[in-house]
Amino acid sequence: MASARRSGRAAVYLFLLLGTAAMIAPFVWMVLTSFKTVEESMRLPPTFLPRAPTAQSYTRALSLLPFARLYLNTGAMILLRVACAAAFSSMAGYAFAKLPFPGRRLCFAVVVTQLMLPPQIFIIPQYQMLAALRLTNTLFALVFPGLVSAFGTFFLRQAFMGVPDELLEAARLDGCGQGRIFAQVALPLVGAPMAALAVFTAVFAYGDLMWPLICNSDLNRMTLSAGLSTLRGQFSTNFPVLMAGSVLAMAPMVALYLLFQRQFIEGIAMTGGK
Amino acid sequence: MRISAHDARWGALLAAPTVLGLLALNVYPFVQTLALSFSRTQAFGRSTFAGLENYARMFASTEFWRATWNTVYFCLLTVPAGVLLALLTAVLLNQGVRGRAAFRAAYFLPMVVPPAAVALLWKWMFNARYGVINALLGTSVGWVTDPALVLISCALVAVWSAVGYDAVLLLAGLQAIPATYYEAAALDGASAAQRFFRITLPMVSPTLFFVVILRAMASLKVYDLIYMIVEQSNPALPYAQSLMYLFYREAFIAGDKGYGSAIAVWTVLLIGVLTLFQFSAQGRWVHYDS
Repeated sequence: MASARRSGRAAVYLFLLLGTAAMIAPFVWMVLTSFKTVEESMRLPPTFLPRAPTAQSYTRALSLLPFARLYLNTGAMILLRVACAAAFSSMAGYAFAKLPFPGRRLCFAVVVTQLMLPPQIFIIPQYQMLAALRLTNTLFALVFPGLVSAFGTFFLRQAFMGVPDELLEAARLDGCGQGRIFAQVALPLVGAPMAALAVFTAVFAYGDLMWPLICNSDLNRMTLSAGLSTLRGQFSTNFPVLMAGSVLAMAPMVALYLLFQRQFIEGIAMTGGK
Repeated sequence: MRISAHDARWGALLAAPTVLGLLALNVYPFVQTLALSFSRTQAFGRSTFAGLENYARMFASTEFWRATWNTVYFCLLTVPAGVLLALLTAVLLNQGVRGRAAFRAAYFLPMVVPPAAVALLWKWMFNARYGVINALLGTSVGWVTDPALVLISCALVAVWSAVGYDAVLLLAGLQAIPATYYEAAALDGASAAQRFFRITLPMVSPTLFFVVILRAMASLKVYDLIYMIVEQSNPALPYAQSLMYLFYREAFIAGDKGYGSAIAVWTVLLIGVLTLFQFSAQGRWVHYDS
């Protein structure tokens, strides 16, 4: 019985370790390839460690893509999208949770409907609006579809529903107007969900590909994801350069993830699970 | 709480940016996409009414039906396998293992990497001549060029990317199951299998249902992974192209906004019907606490 349990535990660890290896090994291979020469990357059978590690693929990738601009564009897009989602969604989430106003149900129905539709159904007219305003190939274009967030509104409404009415009533009896109650009483109570929304918004904006490819065709105005995708066609056989470009494109988010791993995982579990 | 004019004014004021934004960015574009799907795109962005022309062309197109099938097939390949693997991982992580945080962090890693980088990485590993997968297996399979395999390979990448995310969601669901249930079952001498099927599975079924819906919706609108792995010059493209890939090519590369809109409308209907179907089937297997 005890030995059966012990072998059971061994099987659990074996499975989890194999899974971990399957998750990490491809990234190790990516980094190893990025330091090989093109000739070595095509050697059969493949070498594991680079024979003569070289950073030439990184220099090449850096000369092919304006990485400084891509980092800047991506960072600015994420900051603005997170700021918009946090500001507007917390305001609307509070109103939908706590402040009945005429037409509230209809407005909330719009939020829920948007949430269920795939974003591609909006893309063509969104692009046409931007083009009509002559705002393609700008930072604003990258932020545009994320100016307001139905998901954030829905998610923060749930969070504000958990704030007890008595607390808000007490603030009102102290003579606070709704503006102050929202900003100084309710808002500080939803810090964790706000942080979760920020992480969620940032990770998905970082990875999004279709919209940035459509709205900004100028390489200097692209995001990391979109810029990286342009390498694919030109260098379809130069895998060290493609891997170096991938490492450069994913590095900032992975670094943040390694630093704030718990916040990332718990934040995303919170946005999805509840 | 008392409803007052003061509250109503503040409510409308606070909701206004989001409501106006949704009207401009989503409600109007939705209506516009519907309208475009019934129009013919002409030079200088003008369009004229074309009735059902786009839909007729779409329903007569083999490429379109193949993309529809590819999308459904991709969903069938990724959802059951991915969700089962995520459930298994979550259940094992919930066994009081040491280093759970480290395991969780490793499984979750692909989620924070942009899909474009994930796709390039796998495209390289799948490479028929120099890829590491064929080298390890001693084969020379065209993982992403063989029409019969290409979508399976893409599905593998999708499952690999999402399994950690789904496992984290399911783990949160598992941790919410009160320990007393398991203690009572242990007192009654229930086996591990009984505990899983009688306690764990029913208790986690609402989270499981949520994950299935989430994964199915993501699969049905897949674009980025396939776009990056299967370039337009790849002869296997017709066997890998999803509806959203076809949408992107027609609307933004060929520039036919009307036809592209018809494809988008069709995709929304497809997602809607499949989601309704899943909601109507949930009564059979999802248990909610009353």
